[in-house]
Amino acid sequence: MLIKLTGGTVYDPMHGINGEVRDIYIQDGRITDPPNDMPIHQVYSLNNKIVMAGAIDIHSHIGGGNVNIARTLLPEDHWANPLPHTELLRAGSGHIIPSTFATGYRYAEMGYTAVFEPAVLPMNARQAHMEMGDIPLIDKGGYALLGNDDYGLRMLAANKDQKAFNDYVAWILRASQCLGIKVVNPGGINAFKFNQRRLHLDEPGPYYGVTPRQILLRLARALHELDVPHPLHVHGCNLGVPGNLETTLSTIEGIAGLPMHLAHIQFHSYGAEGDRKFSSGAAQIAEAVNRNPNITVDVGQILFGQTVTVSSDSMQQYANHLHAYPKKWAFVDIECDAGCGIVPFKYLDKNFVNALQWTIGLEIFLLVDDPWRVFLTTDHPNGAPFVSYPHLIRLLMDRSFRNDMLATIHPDAARASTLGAITREYSLYEIAVMTRAGAAKLLGLSDRGHLGIGAAADITVYTKQEDKEKMFSKPDYVFKDGELIVRNGEIIKVTWGTTHVVRPEFDNSIEKELSNYFDRYLPMKLGNFKIHDEEMIYFGQGHIQVHPCRERNSS
Amino acid sequence: MFYHTQTGIWEEVPNPFCGIAADDLKVKVEDNRLTIIENGCPVTQPAFEQAIGDSTPQIQGKATRLETAIARANKLLSHSRLPLISGLATDVEGVRAALALADYYGAVIDHMDSKATLRNMLALQTGGWITTTLGEVRNRVDLLLVVGSDIESCLPRFFERYIWNSETLFGQDTAQRKIIYLGQSPSGQAACRPDGRAPLILSCKQEELPEVVAVLRAQAVGHPLQAESVAGITMEKLATLVNRLKQAQYGVITWAAEQWNFPHAELTIQMLGEIIMALNKTTRCSGLPLGGRNGQVTANQVCTWQTGYPIPISFARGYPDYDPYHYNTKRLLESGEADALIWISALDQNDRPPITSIPTVVLGRAGMNFTQVPEVFIPIGTPGIDHGGHAYRTDNVIAVPLHKLRESRLPSAAEILYAMLEYRC
Ligand SMILES: [Zn+2]
Repeated sequence: MLIKLTGGTVYDPMHGINGEVRDIYIQDGRITDPPNDMPIHQVYSLNNKIVMAGAIDIHSHIGGGNVNIARTLLPEDHWANPLPHTELLRAGSGHIIPSTFATGYRYAEMGYTAVFEPAVLPMNARQAHMEMGDIPLIDKGGYALLGNDDYGLRMLAANKDQKAFNDYVAWILRASQCLGIKVVNPGGINAFKFNQRRLHLDEPGPYYGVTPRQILLRLARALHELDVPHPLHVHGCNLGVPGNLETTLSTIEGIAGLPMHLAHIQFHSYGAEGDRKFSSGAAQIAEAVNRNPNITVDVGQILFGQTVTVSSDSMQQYANHLHAYPKKWAFVDIECDAGCGIVPFKYLDKNFVNALQWTIGLEIFLLVDDPWRVFLTTDHPNGAPFVSYPHLIRLLMDRSFRNDMLATIHPDAARASTLGAITREYSLYEIAVMTRAGAAKLLGLSDRGHLGIGAAADITVYTKQEDKEKMFSKPDYVFKDGELIVRNGEIIKVTWGTTHVVRPEFDNSIEKELSNYFDRYLPMKLGNFKIHDEEMIYFGQGHIQVHPCRERNSS
Repeated sequence: MFYHTQTGIWEEVPNPFCGIAADDLKVKVEDNRLTIIENGCPVTQPAFEQAIGDSTPQIQGKATRLETAIARANKLLSHSRLPLISGLATDVEGVRAALALADYYGAVIDHMDSKATLRNMLALQTGGWITTTLGEVRNRVDLLLVVGSDIESCLPRFFERYIWNSETLFGQDTAQRKIIYLGQSPSGQAACRPDGRAPLILSCKQEELPEVVAVLRAQAVGHPLQAESVAGITMEKLATLVNRLKQAQYGVITWAAEQWNFPHAELTIQMLGEIIMALNKTTRCSGLPLGGRNGQVTANQVCTWQTGYPIPISFARGYPDYDPYHYNTKRLLESGEADALIWISALDQNDRPPITSIPTVVLGRAGMNFTQVPEVFIPIGTPGIDHGGHAYRTDNVIAVPLHKLRESRLPSAAEILYAMLEYRC
């Protein structure tokens, strides 16, 4: 079947197309050349419509044991937000921590076609994939968590050579079926198991004596040498701690120019100035990002209201648990691998700290010059549920709206912030960069995030509107792999996306030592730990796409 | 790796029947007969070794074709006002399929052991908790407090694998680990140290546990009490216990909720949670809920990610609704609200449906015998024996892959349930 999208105004930053009227042809799920004389089966006239690739969320907690514990902990979110089934759609529930079907439907309705789970504990990866396997419509993938696993820390403590460490990292990517590697509070989760409550960037951790900075460097180098497209995805030390700005700057400066992605940077950009010992470090952070082209960030914007913080960073989550609302929390030490901390939270616009956090996130968005290096996230559900993205986009695109909002928050926070003086408004092109082209590039998904010939036909079509929140809330059409799945903001067909993975080369002889480690210390055999392709594809619901590791020196 | 060493012998087989889901079993397969030749236990052995028996579908006890049995089951469902899908002893894939069916027919979905699971879930939903996993216990625990439970009767290999293991990551001498039983005394010798010394026991009757734990909690959070003893245990002994927990580097408090038969056991679990939280102000201590037989944890996990809730859940209003008391299998059968029962029991031939006057469809492990003949019986295979699948371990974190060990051609619960959906009337 050949489909033609005609007359739409196209934003395709990967090809430098900035609002040009172009026709797009779709065949067999891909974007194709204009046909010579083939019959066109379907034509969509898109005059006055905006056409972009499907949006990609690089950091959203959508599946994995941590998310499911958060779901269990908060039946009140589900009671208050029931989602009835329809002829087409499965029932579900939840707003801040939705069930899997609801997650897929809500993302697709907003024009998102791929979402990446950043906290896949290798020991729990099987669950992460099973949960994500039940999320319809969108593509997904995960970043495997390292840096707090006893095996890796033992390797570093024994000063194993980088080559052996690289093999281990590659083996983990393969065994856990992931697209990248993330580190959360390097060494800190492990230290918490030894009853340590804080671990600074250059402080040797308990038992292994390895510092967080050493862990970061080794992991970043491993990914670089393995040519994994996605750089080390970092949730740094001291999340949420006033004054952590210094740690973040030191992390950026100390990575030796290696590619590094700093997740939810907003939570790591706090000064300790002023009467309340809490201030914005956004300007310094943005300046450091601007100066270091090896660094990319996503913001983790907070928005006001009830949410739940879901993190592997059991150490920092524990430190914050007394702020929980409602007053309950869950923590788990997990399998000599990592941990989990769940703390419900309500951000209030009349609370000074929360209000300033809100401005800090927006300041970073607006002060980082290059939209290819800053990404739109709320660290769902940590900063806010992902359904608030259209609202966030409006805050970035509409200065007067932003200033209206600024006028409603805690007056001291508004006064302390430079936000009101920032005139920048994001353009549609820049939004397309940060939510599509830049995301695909950062992840190494060469056939997603753009509208060039050969790309997967993941396409979102919006009606041009003054109110950008309205515009981005309800696309006219969403095509997933060439199939129309959403019309006028409503799902009309349910498909199952792909799981994106990388499989860098490695020397498999490391399995001998690993297998011995599993037998001696862990209650699972290495062979049963590895996730096999057949497990990812059941009852015809899943697919795997393996992305090549970048050829050396080719950018 | 899971593999054949010689014809008919499987190594490193994961165990779907026991909550610790050990994956070091060695299993021999001759024709369709299984024998565990290494690392079996009294819970696992009989479950693995049940003979297949008759695998013909039946309607009212008479042999029939599979298609006919499915058609009859569908007819029952389509005439039902409130179907109840229960038992739910199956793998991840079986629970997924059961939820699809429940969603379509507006059914209630429950598990045969949901009462036990719910005690833990209610405690978690009310106050949260701090827990750990078996791998952490194996490497870190220095003090294990067992509250009101006999671990070895439900998890016979627990001590061998997680307490008296020969080495740990941090060079701990496991023989020095301290074991304390509060309430119930152990039924066997598994908790005794390798040198034969028995664990310390502070005994009380099961129904006195809530009171004892409440006092322990008061001690842990620093509320002074006037009493001199509780349930025959002196305050001094409880104070010593709290002190030992405070001195421990990595204490673990464990319980098996399925063994607790006193009312509102969830409140006692909640108090244990509060003790653990208080201890974590100065040291590390975690909870470890034990149990998880019959796919309890598996059912809970899948229900939670697909609907937002643990079991039991009703889809009667068109969306998932969670009410632990209202949607209980026993209550729905006794009140007459449920008018058709789908009973799924893939793990054990002996887990037959409750006796009921409403028409019943059983998807049961092949070879199941009935005291009350069901309207429809569809024999199914067992995950981890007849087909692959996934099962959760008691600690709520690790899912093990289950493998096919023999060629019985028995369908999985999921295959039958999806077929029911495909050919619905
Ligand atoms: Zn995150």
